[in-house]
Amino acid sequence: MTDATLFGPARGPLVLRYPSVLVFLACLGLFTLGVTVLSEGLGSGVISTSFVKTLGKTLCLCLVALAMDLVWGYCGILSLGHMAFFGLGGYAIGMWLMYERTRLIVVDSLAASGLPPTVEEISSGIATQIFGVVGASEFPPIWALAHSLPLQLAAVVIVPGLLALVFGWLAFRSRVTGVYLSILTQAMTLALSLYLFQNDSGLRGNNGLSGLQNLPGMEETPQALVSIWFFWGSALALGLGYVLASWIVSGKFGSVLRGIRDDEARVRFLGYPVEAFKLFVFTFSAILAGIAGAIYYPQAGIINPAELAPIASIYLAVWVAIGGRGRLYGAVIGAAFVSLLSTWFTGGQAPDLWILGYRLQWVDWWTVLLGLSFVAVTLFAPKGIGGLFDLINARRTPQRHGQDLGPDAGALREKEADE
Amino acid sequence: MSTLLEVSGVSVSFDGFKALNNLSFAIGPAELRAVIGPNGAGKTTFMDVVTGKTRPDEGRISWGEPPMSLLGKSESTIAMAGVGRKFQRPTVFEDQSVADNLMMALKKPRSPFSVLVFKAERDDYARVEELARVIGLETQLMRKSGELSHGQKQWLEIGMLLAQEPQLLLVDEPAAGMTTAERQKTTEILREAAKTRAVVVVEHDMDFVRRLDCKVTVLHEGSVLAEGSLDHVTQNQEVIEVYLGR
Repeated sequence: MTDATLFGPARGPLVLRYPSVLVFLACLGLFTLGVTVLSEGLGSGVISTSFVKTLGKTLCLCLVALAMDLVWGYCGILSLGHMAFFGLGGYAIGMWLMYERTRLIVVDSLAASGLPPTVEEISSGIATQIFGVVGASEFPPIWALAHSLPLQLAAVVIVPGLLALVFGWLAFRSRVTGVYLSILTQAMTLALSLYLFQNDSGLRGNNGLSGLQNLPGMEETPQALVSIWFFWGSALALGLGYVLASWIVSGKFGSVLRGIRDDEARVRFLGYPVEAFKLFVFTFSAILAGIAGAIYYPQAGIINPAELAPIASIYLAVWVAIGGRGRLYGAVIGAAFVSLLSTWFTGGQAPDLWILGYRLQWVDWWTVLLGLSFVAVTLFAPKGIGGLFDLINARRTPQRHGQDLGPDAGALREKEADE
Repeated sequence: MSTLLEVSGVSVSFDGFKALNNLSFAIGPAELRAVIGPNGAGKTTFMDVVTGKTRPDEGRISWGEPPMSLLGKSESTIAMAGVGRKFQRPTVFEDQSVADNLMMALKKPRSPFSVLVFKAERDDYARVEELARVIGLETQLMRKSGELSHGQKQWLEIGMLLAQEPQLLLVDEPAAGMTTAERQKTTEILREAAKTRAVVVVEHDMDFVRRLDCKVTVLHEGSVLAEGSLDHVTQNQEVIEVYLGR
């Protein structure tokens, strides 16, 4: 009987028990190797540095999509504010990058003037450089830790995590679910974005943080090389994030999460504290998003409050839906596929289309196409791109359909059960 | 006989409609009890109140020995205290296998961190297999529970309840939509379960209640109308009026 072989204590490491994890890691490894060999920094130069950056950024988007899939695909929480966590991670690392680079420049220029500069002179010099653009010349309180890389790295994890924890605690405790929760998360990211747009938010208002691609103290290192380092970092983060997420959803925890998604009340009556589970997965996912943002923005070079606009989080949901929610590789494929396609269409590389004498430019029409495909996927292929893998698997496993479902003759047959 | 659950003077109203009206009810630690009553008598609300889904406007609910109050406790706390509930419609996690469903229900620590590091041991698998045998699904363990027949889903849900090892089982219309053979098996499972714990069965179907052969409580308009053996309550003039006069 097949049950005897399938049913029993789990053996071996996670990657062996779930072949999809192994396949994913192998693909990611090969891809990383391929890009490295073809890059300008370390290889033949077929792939330009800017495209290496695009690919690195794409891997970060895959990571945040993974985080989104954990909360939405597995736990049923449609968060439409996840890019807020991503942006906060970016701001946290951006503050250090900008501070430290400006400090080096200021120290250099003051050193040229002869007298050794005082600490106050350096500090006010940096502040003027950074905040001149918003008409200020002093550091706002939130920059208190910006001089320290370890502290800002901690902030990458702590700030999004804490926001998610507080927000989630308030929302889940009041049993806000479904569309109301989605609206709340939209409101959260919108409020955050509007706040950051203000000049006195202390994060340079609509200018945002810029020059993030220049690593302090490494002006001599060419961007071609830096881009490859960040690409590796992105791949590593995605790989680790994928393994961690697979571990979380593989065991009983995943079982409970999917239970919450399908029937929250039932899980509650089984004795599980549903709110605590939601809070856990929401916070973890926010931290993952924060880390993804912290690796993304040094590659993008600039972050501004528009990145936290509600539309960004909606795009994220669209990627996961198109890729196939409820399976981790689906989210990754969706994010990679749609965001690269989006780069291609909006980059002006896609040829214009002539329809009845009207010139259809993809730069304008791409969002329409994306919207239509989102509707189409939702209606006709709810499993998304990831559903294709089911078709392949179905070919390999034997058909066992069409038999009685129950042990006795009166039991329903499969067709009836579907109805 | 000591009491496991004692509900006294509980009232619940929804927008002025009194779903429960000064309801009092008690059950011992190993007892099978059928609760019957016409639609709107407050049977489901009664279960909601006991399991913490609905907060009563007034009244007391005391549980266990030494007695503790269940008022104001969350659903999961009450479930962990030993109250298991089966819903009217079979609610199993259709996307997951029979084994996963049972494994999730097994009595184990429920906090997120202990669930995260939980690793099922040989004993746990043995327990799941044993439960599957009780509910007649031992050959279906790896099947998605969504593929099961209606009756099998009902059994799976009862199996999940047993896995929780509750002291009190609240079962809402277990025989709805079952074939005669399936009903017979359900009766057996419930009577077996009632040997070691309290079981409250809410049921419409008089034949099924007769087969359970236990004490019956009749609810009407949110309070107890009659209590006793089935024959006793069916001869009660008020009960006849309530059932036939509608």
